[in-house]
Amino acid sequence: MNQTAATPSREAVATTPSLAMLRTLSLVAAVSGFLVVLAYQTTLPLIEENKRIAIERALFKVIPKAVTRRDFRVTAAGIVAAQDSAAEGTPVYAGYDGEGRLAGVALEAAAQGYQDVIRILYSFDPACQCIRGIEVLKMAETPGIGDKISKDHEFQENFVELDARLKADGSGLANDIVMVKHGSKTEPWQIDAISGATISSQAVARMLNESAQQMFPTIIANLDQLQAAEGGTP
Amino acid sequence: MSLPNQEEKVTPDTFLRGLWEENPVFVMLLGMCPVLAVTNSAINALAMGLATTFVLLCSSSLISLLRKLIPKQVRIATYIVIIATFVTIVDYSIQAISLDLYNALGAFIQLIVVNCMILGRAEAYASKQRLGATLVNGLGMGAGFTIALLCLGAVREILGAGSLFGLPLFGENFQPWVVMILPPGGFFVLGGWLLLFNWYRQRRERKLMEQQGVTARGS
Repeated sequence: MNQTAATPSREAVATTPSLAMLRTLSLVAAVSGFLVVLAYQTTLPLIEENKRIAIERALFKVIPKAVTRRDFRVTAAGIVAAQDSAAEGTPVYAGYDGEGRLAGVALEAAAQGYQDVIRILYSFDPACQCIRGIEVLKMAETPGIGDKISKDHEFQENFVELDARLKADGSGLANDIVMVKHGSKTEPWQIDAISGATISSQAVARMLNESAQQMFPTIIANLDQLQAAEGGTP
Repeated sequence: MSLPNQEEKVTPDTFLRGLWEENPVFVMLLGMCPVLAVTNSAINALAMGLATTFVLLCSSSLISLLRKLIPKQVRIATYIVIIATFVTIVDYSIQAISLDLYNALGAFIQLIVVNCMILGRAEAYASKQRLGATLVNGLGMGAGFTIALLCLGAVREILGAGSLFGLPLFGENFQPWVVMILPPGGFFVLGGWLLLFNWYRQRRERKLMEQQGVTARGS
């Protein structure tokens, strides 16, 4: 009984169409690879264009006085114009007003929020050494709670003139940018949290502090270069 | 619910089944994850419905064309690879159309890969039927899914944000019912629609039974 039952099953194993499986899987994989590459190549320029438009729109929002912009990259050696070199570095966007004066510098920052990474564009005003506005580029925070970081009027007022002065030796911020509980803001470098959305508020404070500590010293040291890039108009 | 094992002739019913009798959301309760997650506004719901329909149509047709070539031992792997391909294409296309929409839909575009409605169609229908029937059936299922998502999204947006497709419906003084666009609101609205749908179905069936009873007695 046992033997007769075992025989057909062994036969079934033997007749498993390995070749057919291989053929089908490689065919499907090849077709899908081709389609994915095709879709990627077709949409890439459109996606790049969309991203550029999104950043540009945000840039003119965080630096309201800006009329024109130039892209730079902050590298280990200093600041270089983005089109001059293919060097890797953090992109910074300089905005100039109608008379060609540097109106502000916009930078990207990111940190883990409540559900996903929050990415923002914020502006740094070198004249007052302060942060003058943030615009959320990407987030997946809870609607009605965490997503208030992009709309809440009170929260946005934190960034009308958020203190980001450098230490005397220019090595970092004089005061860390920190989040405080809602309604307990006393110093100009503190961010008043949205009550009920502490994690999202904390993420904004953390990414601003991290990015500012790292980038502002280089930007302040190379301000002349940023100003000179716009043709040297007074 | 009929799951034909023989090749089916294309009839109006092939299309209509997805809208009503086998509606993927209201009757079969398939793909609940995107149904609850992205229906916080009508436009998100519509985009998700269309994206899912596109993936369903493309993957079902390819599976239907290849159905004699796919050994049953590797069928699930093959289906997943085919579905994932079209999801990736949709993912890139939505990024190219609008980044705002892409950000709003979040991870749920990629999660279409594991939408059980699509895998279910592949296993139960496309792998056994001709291309024509598969296309018509997929179109019906996709339309049913999109309409169901729109029903949820519209109600949630109207109650939770006081607007429809981003256009404000009420005056400045409208206090939105925020819970409706949060996850619990998804369950409330889905529950409401299921109640309505099942009540109507039962009423129709009862009427049908009564009619049959009358004709049976009459003859």
